[in-house]
Amino acid sequence: MSDYIIKNGFVFDPLTGIKGDKKDIGIKDGKIVEASEVKGGKTIDASGKTVMAGGVDIHTHCVGPKVNVGRLMRPEDKLFRSRTKVGNTRVEMGFSVPSTFATGYAYARMGYSFLNEAAMPPLHAPHVHEEIRDTPIVDIAAMPVMGNNWFQLEYLKNRELENNAAYTAWLLNATKGFGIKCVNPGGTEAWGWGMNCTTIHDPVPYFDITPAEIVKGQMETNELLGLPHCLHVHPNNLGNPGNYTTTLDTLKLAEGIKPNNKFGRDVVLHNTHLQFHAYDGTTWADFESGSQKVMDYVNKHDNISFDVGFVTLDETTTMTADGPFEFHLNRLNNLKWANTDVELETAAGIVPYVYDKNIKVCDIQWAIGLELALLAKDHMRCHLTTDHPNAGPFTRYPRVIKWLMSKKARDDLLHSFKWSEKVIAATQLESMDRELSLYEIAEMTRAGPAKCMGISNLYGSLKEGTNANIAIYDINPEKMPKDPELIEKAFSETAYTFKDGVMVVENGVVIATTPKYTVWTDVKVKENAIVERDIHEKFAKYYSVGLENYKVFDEHMHNPRAIEVDATN
Amino acid sequence: MSTVTLTAKGTHELYLEAYNVTPDAFAGKTADEIAALECHEGNRKGKLGEYFDIDGNGGDTAADTQIIVKGDCKKIKRIGQQMTAGEIIVESDCDMYTAGWMKGGKVTVKGNVDSFCGIGMAGGEFIVEGNAQNYLGSAYRGDWRGMTGGLIHVKGNAGNDVATFMRGGKIIIDGDAFLHVCTHGEGGTVVIKGNVESRVGGQMVKGDIYVYGQIKYMMPGFKYVDDVEAEAVEGEKLTFAHYIGDLGERHSKRKGEIIYGNIYLKK
Amino acid sequence: MPKVIKNVGCPYCGACCDDVEVTVSDDGKRVLEVKNVCAIGTQIFMHGGDHDGRIKLPRMRQPDGTMKDVSFKEAIDFTAKTLLKAKKPLMYGFGSTNCEGHAAAARVMERAGGCLDNCASICHGSSFLAIFDNGYPSCTLGEVKNRADVIVYWGSNPAHAHPRHMSRYAIFPRGFFTGKGHKSRTVIVIDPRFTDTGRVADYYLQVRQGHDYELFDAFRMVCHGHADDIPDVVANIPKETILEVAEVMKNARFCNFFYGMGLCHSDGRNHNIDIAISLTRDLNEFTKCTIMAMRGHYNITGPGAVWSWQFGFPYCLDLTKKTMVHMNPGETSSVDLAMRDEIDAFINIGTDAGAHFPIPAVQHLKKHPFITIDPSRNMASEISDLHVPVKICGVDDGGIVYRMDNVPIQYRKVVDAPAGVPSDEEFLDAVYERMVELEGEGFI
Repeated sequence: MSDYIIKNGFVFDPLTGIKGDKKDIGIKDGKIVEASEVKGGKTIDASGKTVMAGGVDIHTHCVGPKVNVGRLMRPEDKLFRSRTKVGNTRVEMGFSVPSTFATGYAYARMGYSFLNEAAMPPLHAPHVHEEIRDTPIVDIAAMPVMGNNWFQLEYLKNRELENNAAYTAWLLNATKGFGIKCVNPGGTEAWGWGMNCTTIHDPVPYFDITPAEIVKGQMETNELLGLPHCLHVHPNNLGNPGNYTTTLDTLKLAEGIKPNNKFGRDVVLHNTHLQFHAYDGTTWADFESGSQKVMDYVNKHDNISFDVGFVTLDETTTMTADGPFEFHLNRLNNLKWANTDVELETAAGIVPYVYDKNIKVCDIQWAIGLELALLAKDHMRCHLTTDHPNAGPFTRYPRVIKWLMSKKARDDLLHSFKWSEKVIAATQLESMDRELSLYEIAEMTRAGPAKCMGISNLYGSLKEGTNANIAIYDINPEKMPKDPELIEKAFSETAYTFKDGVMVVENGVVIATTPKYTVWTDVKVKENAIVERDIHEKFAKYYSVGLENYKVFDEHMHNPRAIEVDATN
Repeated sequence: MSTVTLTAKGTHELYLEAYNVTPDAFAGKTADEIAALECHEGNRKGKLGEYFDIDGNGGDTAADTQIIVKGDCKKIKRIGQQMTAGEIIVESDCDMYTAGWMKGGKVTVKGNVDSFCGIGMAGGEFIVEGNAQNYLGSAYRGDWRGMTGGLIHVKGNAGNDVATFMRGGKIIIDGDAFLHVCTHGEGGTVVIKGNVESRVGGQMVKGDIYVYGQIKYMMPGFKYVDDVEAEAVEGEKLTFAHYIGDLGERHSKRKGEIIYGNIYLKK
Repeated sequence: MPKVIKNVGCPYCGACCDDVEVTVSDDGKRVLEVKNVCAIGTQIFMHGGDHDGRIKLPRMRQPDGTMKDVSFKEAIDFTAKTLLKAKKPLMYGFGSTNCEGHAAAARVMERAGGCLDNCASICHGSSFLAIFDNGYPSCTLGEVKNRADVIVYWGSNPAHAHPRHMSRYAIFPRGFFTGKGHKSRTVIVIDPRFTDTGRVADYYLQVRQGHDYELFDAFRMVCHGHADDIPDVVANIPKETILEVAEVMKNARFCNFFYGMGLCHSDGRNHNIDIAISLTRDLNEFTKCTIMAMRGHYNITGPGAVWSWQFGFPYCLDLTKKTMVHMNPGETSSVDLAMRDEIDAFINIGTDAGAHFPIPAVQHLKKHPFITIDPSRNMASEISDLHVPVKICGVDDGGIVYRMDNVPIQYRKVVDAPAGVPSDEEFLDAVYERMVELEGEGFI
């Protein structure tokens, strides 16, 4: 392995507070070191370029069963829309739901090094780990979905937090999962009967618990265990006009709950793809932005964070564990619909969707995403995602960065819409002059997500001693380009990407792959006979798979990197 | 208009994929430059010149370019694929994807064509003097946007799955078709002058199908409403029994009226 | 002491029973006894292990037409050279291969620039076409067990093809919301033949062969408020029966369609599934309804999953361009490729194309190099130029397989294969390495 000195770059590293200073960075044995420690390494001339830590994606649907159904059911997503392979890589197929190889390479080209797969159905965990094996270069963690899990519904209904914590720890271990994901709490279980929960107080059929009780209980469970990441919530009532009230109700559940962890995490609740939850109006006809109302709350409460889920105005594929939402969406657009209800655990729906810039609603959604990021006061708590591939493919992150950094870029687009006057009336984007800085972009794309997930000692920083995951972009902060297209271009293909000290991308071309890791959380808890008995009982009676075959075998876990948590006290 | 004449040498052992045989690719090129254009025989990347004798230069634009293909093209795929303008005349049979995803111009095949011809067509004219196999003027797998415009005219018979997911344009078949016509149709017009076996208009949302001969098995979801006079093909005013459907499928409303798919069966 | 291994997955059908108990001999070479398995699964377990009946070396056809044992090294070399020489090789099969094998095969065929296809191509491939066009509202088998109170078997006969399907998942088990088992469920069987599955039905509809599509249309007309317009008889089923059964489906708490080859291989093929999916969707306006293909082999769902994540397509892959992948069943499907004589080398793996393909297709294939990779002798192996024996996945090799509902099941190795016999993955990886070597040496 070669050592390197990256010389004269403008360094942006929010976790160490470096704001664009010219600084040399050393790479030795795959780790970041003081530049002076590197003797005889190769020199990379980064003058006039921007240096950041490898990107960290806090919420992406990159691997797993529903992603794969999305690939399978959309051959047309590949037709004349795939990248032609160059060099000695594997073939890259697909636009909105790329193949595993395409996903790994494309993230590496954008300078990313860590992905958090946002929804792993526990029963399908071996599948998720197979796809992780086949996604090159980037390290991946996967969050098991638990917001509709029968064990949790029962424990939380009875307020048995310790039992819930013990079960959660067992499930993370069985699935080799990373943290607690909660999707449409209770609503997805209701979907087992074709129903839904659209407010946080709708009772879940049969289980007689409310979404509010689930979210609160899971937050408490998370802090009882002291997991690296906080509870990661996709609230009820996604995608409906007027849903900002449900969102505020959900966020308020975090009031009074304090973070408890040894990973430097300050928040207790992460609201994912907030854009889909910040809608005002009562119907699609009077649909308008609710971003101000949501951000007024978020800015004042520092124990919550969010990622945006920017709409990128592309033809894409929506996929979520929010089964009833996808059915509803399918009834709106009449395109093909896939669904998988997963016994005792969750569900998933998949529907292709065209965010057409000639449709007013799509444009308002686009504007809401940008407003959220421009209204945010603390970008360590506001993260860049497209809820890939729901609001757009992750390959559009550079385009989103362009819109955030250039008023001209977003205004040009806004004024080109067929219904631009109506869009302007329903949003405040046109009046917003703010242009985000490279430092804020670094907060949104690496430092913030890493801190929120409790992995900032491993990812998202250029601290000495961390793994040498580094992105070097061809953009000069002292001479920011007049043409916003150049911003998009710079973030699309790095000048260099380093992963664990190996140069994997040079001038936008993947030149090497490295061993990559599967990150999971290994929680030790006290023995709990009740939970053990409950697990045995549910598997004997209700699961269609044997308990011993449910737990991911060691040989199906690839390059594990365990984050140890001791919750025995 | 400049004419480029291609004569197939018959040097391919397997099927040849001649996706560059289009006025768009030939425009602005000399015969030698055309001979250097890429094609594929299995995994071997070759040049058009290895498989065709090429005579004549392309015009300045696609619209100014005419291509005449001689020799046996029975095992040549993708002629005219994605073309936007100009003209191609194939003097023999040719294989799959002829005129596939065509946007404009004109393709005439003097012989028969195989399956997936005129697939995803958006504009232009595609004339087949012989028969067409399956999936004529259909959609690519999974695409809900099938044929959206243009004209396909087959003078012989067509196989199964004509016009799946059709949304616009017109297909005329002088002979028979077999199973599935306009399945999932959402617009456009299909005229079949011969007979059809069954499943005409299944899952059809919108669009018009005219059948001059017999439909052996009518879909239960189509209901006779009235007799109408119509001109399915210019200059052929005829009386048809008018059916609406598929009553098992969703339909949209326009000005309070439900819009159905229509089958017109000649009386 | 014989050893008992529990929680073993069965390498027979797509129901992937994972509660098998296998007793193996002292030396770990033979299966002595199996429990919780149907008659067919039992036979497969008994074939595994190290015994006289196993083929232990590759067999290469000689100029005089006889087969001669050769080393694995020679077999690897022959396979690699065959692939590199071919302009359009095809590798087909994979019903009885683990997912690790499917991934290895994909890597080989991407490098070779060939076509890659699995048994779905002649089986549930038409279901894929319908999924492409219309989606797939489905669920896992445990959902059916715990919730479903109306079960429809349409063109499928689990009593023979998936022997434990009804008892483990669909009709008889007592689930969380279905505590009375069979008594809490209504069973509808729709099939032109009165099958053994039909015997457990509350409603049996003898649909006219080849006219399922029309019957679905009639059910959909009920959902869309056009019951009155249904003709008196559709596909041999009287209107009153259609209306009655439609009410049963609409009033279910949870309805599931299980369909088989009777539906996806009668006239119209993919369209029958397509309209079944439309009906499933329609019924979700009234209740909860899902649909599931009765996939045949225990891991025939696997290659569809693996290749979808690697390439975006489940089957019928054309990798000849090497820089991108094309898929279009009807063109790139194995039987069509063979019937049209589009390919110039063939590898049959974990299946028997010799028995399953039409004779003219096999005749075309036989004009070119023909290799079989399979633990056993079959019709394909006997006409091959090379037959490579491999481990039996699920008996002497473990690995991940996908059940008919796309749930991954981790299979266990229970006995040792004969020494030196590789798994599919090991053999294909060796072929890949040899291809890289040969290319480096300037072969071709």
